[in-house]
Amino acid sequence: MKNAVISVHDLVKKFGSFVANDHLSFEVYEGEIFGFLGANGAGKTTALRILSGLSAPTSGKVLVAGFDAARDPEKIKKNIGYMCQKFSLYNDLTVRENIMLYGGIYGMRKALIRERCEELLERLRFMEYGNRLISDLPLGLRQKLAFSVAVLHEPRIVFLDEPTGGVDPITRRQFWEMIYETAARGITIFVTTHYMDEAEYCDRISIMNEGRIVALDTPDGLKKKYRVDSVEEVFVKIVRSGKISV
Amino acid sequence: METVVEATGIGKKFGNLSALKDISFQIGTGEVFGFIGPDGAGKTTLFRIITSLMIPDEGKIKVLGHDPVTEFEEIRKHIGYMPGRFSLYQDLSVEENLRFYATVFGTTLEENYHLIRDIYSHIEPFKKRLAGKLSGGMKQKLALSCALIHQPRLLVLDEPTTGVDAVSRSEFWDMLKNLRQYNITIVVSTPYMDEAMRCDRVALIQDGQLLQIGSPGTIRDGFSRKLYSVTAPEKYKLLLALKSFAGTESVFPFGDSVHLTLKEGVTVQTISGYLEKSGVVGVTMRETNAGIEDRFLELMNRK
Repeated sequence: MKNAVISVHDLVKKFGSFVANDHLSFEVYEGEIFGFLGANGAGKTTALRILSGLSAPTSGKVLVAGFDAARDPEKIKKNIGYMCQKFSLYNDLTVRENIMLYGGIYGMRKALIRERCEELLERLRFMEYGNRLISDLPLGLRQKLAFSVAVLHEPRIVFLDEPTGGVDPITRRQFWEMIYETAARGITIFVTTHYMDEAEYCDRISIMNEGRIVALDTPDGLKKKYRVDSVEEVFVKIVRSGKISV
Repeated sequence: METVVEATGIGKKFGNLSALKDISFQIGTGEVFGFIGPDGAGKTTLFRIITSLMIPDEGKIKVLGHDPVTEFEEIRKHIGYMPGRFSLYQDLSVEENLRFYATVFGTTLEENYHLIRDIYSHIEPFKKRLAGKLSGGMKQKLALSCALIHQPRLLVLDEPTTGVDAVSRSEFWDMLKNLRQYNITIVVSTPYMDEAMRCDRVALIQDGQLLQIGSPGTIRDGFSRKLYSVTAPEKYKLLLALKSFAGTESVFPFGDSVHLTLKEGVTVQTISGYLEKSGVVGVTMRETNAGIEDRFLELMNRK
């Protein structure tokens, strides 16, 4: 029996009369790499905000790392990691200062933060960068560091919102190797991306359209069902079939 | 073919950072020319130079036959520029923005409506809405309409599809293709390697340098090695095994498979045997054609 770390049942989120999330139900398992795909405006960001404790559901039951999103959002925040493309680290702090800051925010003991910090710098071959400002690092290094900081406190789940947007193709692949390594340690990866080849790297993917999850399976399962050769074609078929023209 | 943009040895520095180094290229009339590369490669700096918004430190550039430093006024009349960041007036409505841009360029919405019909018709039902209240996809369509309303000879689009879903991206390229009939030259940048296929010619750019220029076909043909596509149910295990194999030259995950090149003299049989010993089961391996991204990775590795 697989262990669910995210369990969503009949999640509805409304803004006024607009239904952003329309009865979502799904589970994500421990150590799984789960791709959360959808067209722009399909409701992914809304769902992601609820799952990470930033927004309350209108109705339905959402459990993340064992905590209820409606009642215990603060506990959810402590037990997850989060990284997005737009903001991740403080540019005017050094690499070490950023690590100390995030470790502190997550309530880790100082000695433990120091230990993890040095471990992390060594693993990423970042020793020479430890005392450099984030603004002096190339984008690729920043993104790798941002990911490592997001899992510094060993959360049960890490949410990655378009983590590889705009990075070069080598860094993008190194980034995914870090994702694989992290998942192998038992940390669940919940990731959104517009790169359809990255969707192929996920264990399972869901595709949202107009507030609903319209497909959820392994990449291979979806390709078989829609009789196509790639996740990109699955995505195009699904989104085109239900798309209003805006 | 008449040359619309001609750049020779362009260089630009910001303090100690060389944003562009010795950039040379030519773009002909009616071409769709793509600059493909990651963030920080220098695409936006180059576009600012082409559009006469920034002066290069080194080299020469001519745009529509004019020098962007001394004759920028001539150039600006005939180019449409869509910057990477949405930069229309958020507190004007859709229609007001469009009429404003038309007026600035001495034309009217009615006169050039035919140019933007395909694009504008998608957002016309919302023409009274403030530009700041539009969704991402609608903003993109409005920005393109505004850049086109004066029938420019050269359209410069800086990452028009970044952050846009795969379906909307494909639709956007279809719209650009439709502009061909008006003989508008299009210069476009993107971090998505697969979009190279939608251009007549592309320049691969990384760290301020051009890696290669050519048609998508020429660039793919530039890939110099035999390329294999390898699959196994346990993708990560396969990747790790191939990485530690002494005969591997390069190995990268590519969608549902792994792309592999082998060192001189290493046979497919050797590698099959090795994978079997490493406990990777269900392996398939076949030769495949390189894509733009394979070539980009090869050129990056060479540097």
